[in-house]
Amino acid sequence: MSDRQDHQSSSSADNEPLALDIQHLTQVFHIGKGWLKAGKPLRAVDDVSLQVRNGEVLAIVGESGCGKTTLSRLMLGLQSPTSGKILVNGEPLVDVDRKAFARRVQPVFQDPYSSLNPRRTIGEIIMDPLLIHNIGTPQERQARVEETMEKVGLPHRMIHSYPSQMSGGQRQRVAIARALVMRPEVLICDEPTSALDVSVQAQILNLLQQLRDELNLTYIFISHDLSVVEYMADYVAVMYLGRFVEVGPAREVLTKPKHPYTQVLLSSVLTPEPESGLPHIDLGSGFPDPLNPPAGCRFHPRCPKATEVCSESAPEKITVDGSVVECHLYSNGAAATN
Amino acid sequence: MSGGSVINPQDAPVLEVENLSVDIRVPAGTLHAVSNVSFSVRPAETLSLVGESGCGKSITSLAIMRLLPKAARLSANKVLFEGQELTQLSEKEMSRLRGNRMGMIFQDPMTSLNPVYRIGDQLEEIYIRHKRAGRKEARERAAYLLEKIGIINPGQRLTQYPHQLSGGLRQRMMIAMMLMCDPKLIIADEPTTALDVTVQVQILQLLRSLQEEFRMALILITHNLGVVARMADQVAVMYAGQIVEAGSSTDVFRRPTHPYTRGLLDCIPRPGQSSARNKLGSIPGIVPSLVGDINGCSFRNRCAFAHDACSSGKIELRDLQQDHIYRCLLPAETIAAAAQETV
Repeated sequence: MSDRQDHQSSSSADNEPLALDIQHLTQVFHIGKGWLKAGKPLRAVDDVSLQVRNGEVLAIVGESGCGKTTLSRLMLGLQSPTSGKILVNGEPLVDVDRKAFARRVQPVFQDPYSSLNPRRTIGEIIMDPLLIHNIGTPQERQARVEETMEKVGLPHRMIHSYPSQMSGGQRQRVAIARALVMRPEVLICDEPTSALDVSVQAQILNLLQQLRDELNLTYIFISHDLSVVEYMADYVAVMYLGRFVEVGPAREVLTKPKHPYTQVLLSSVLTPEPESGLPHIDLGSGFPDPLNPPAGCRFHPRCPKATEVCSESAPEKITVDGSVVECHLYSNGAAATN
Repeated sequence: MSGGSVINPQDAPVLEVENLSVDIRVPAGTLHAVSNVSFSVRPAETLSLVGESGCGKSITSLAIMRLLPKAARLSANKVLFEGQELTQLSEKEMSRLRGNRMGMIFQDPMTSLNPVYRIGDQLEEIYIRHKRAGRKEARERAAYLLEKIGIINPGQRLTQYPHQLSGGLRQRMMIAMMLMCDPKLIIADEPTTALDVTVQVQILQLLRSLQEEFRMALILITHNLGVVARMADQVAVMYAGQIVEAGSSTDVFRRPTHPYTRGLLDCIPRPGQSSARNKLGSIPGIVPSLVGDINGCSFRNRCAFAHDACSSGKIELRDLQQDHIYRCLLPAETIAAAAQETV
């Protein structure tokens, strides 16, 4: 993934277009806007660029309020960005062909209890996208629903069941089937397993891996659980207050985190090791107000390694060992000491 | 683990539960939500009830506090809290204990706080009610506790409404509220599940330090094995309403024995050990229905080591070593050897 190192590059040097290519995406909301009142700008997503190739999994991690969900809404075309571009397989997403776009990028949401209509059968729920997009004859649609159900491991007899008759894991399989029935290229999975029990979570994660191999799917995997991310992702992007502070190959980011924020996130992962006790988190004050983001580096008020320069100027993107990091520790070629 | 230093084994348990069962009437018959659960917690000790949804861990905690729904029937040989038999108390006597001697923290602080009252009013109400104190005294106590739990500018926070606080702050407020009357037992049901990972660690640290300072017993209910491993002194793994394995946290995590405990631990991706191409362990199938008579081992349909004998009779808890018990017909060595083969 050489092009990823050049974070600012517009497209891959390879012939194959990128499954998803996001360039300098920015979304600004105006809070408290009224008649004759300008409102305060909130930069939910701030100059985010990312490239994902076919069949790859990019995980986006960060705390609540960091802009993960806004970014996923932008990638789904549910919202138009203030500036920046999103290309799917080389073609730009524009408002006009939203419907065509929706065929190629599909969501899987966190909570399978609220994302499925309780009054419709599983068959109807999975068929819906086909009806909306007017795909195939009724027989073809039926066949496609049955085929997709089989793919995600739902028994055929459930086609007339209602969501309330199913377990959480089965519901999430329905949500995945509903996304896959369109034969999309990209799946945006927003915390797809955090509402599930651990044994079921493992089943769903294994299913997602297996589907990706079978169908050459590309996933954008949004999660706050770093151990799940390590299992799923090829690439990891760490988001803080609307910006990607570190992007790189999963192994690199998760074993040798560069950005102090990534380091803190990783140290708060609780593995089942009773000897280790609770980690000590060095994160000073609480999450900053996104309406008044700190000057300079946005992480500096909470950063255990902040120096003077951090409060004065925002760090540039720098490539360190294959990861792109926004941190002053790495500018001027100075390597950070951990 | 780290709580170990302050636990005195000579102390009498704060809570002793023996053969607690909860049956719930449902249209299809009787649902055995909790069957013959026994455990005890001492001052400053943390007991973790761990298991997946529907395993009965939350019902167990509600049963202790006598907050079960009307359709539920509680039976127990003993639910002894500070020497009082809770099952014998009247509703009025119970409500004097709840929030006073026993504190509770729930998963979602937004739904446990009243959105139309100021934080301060909600904290003070408990104290005024249980301690028959005046408003001023209650306010002082609230401000003291907020400072204790690391809240800057407590005076201002007390006048705010729940929606003005972040998730982590709200959970801190719940902890402060629970501390108002200086309880001896805290029951925390998934206290950090709704929080971010960094906030989770901070809240757990806070609970741990308060617990040591005030020597409170903590019953921590969670499905997160990472939280259990780092917090608990004692662990009880629950499945389908029964304890299937229990022991000290170190023993259970070092030598998981029941096939369900082993399966659960295999399901967790671990940094450095799992990579995208290694399949995660998973437990096939789903939890059995708890309606009707329970015969044999309730895990047998999902168990890789199940055999004919597992489907009938009552499976008893057996000793693995001192204070480490598990509910399985197979000897621990057989399970360990069989698990080695399947890998």
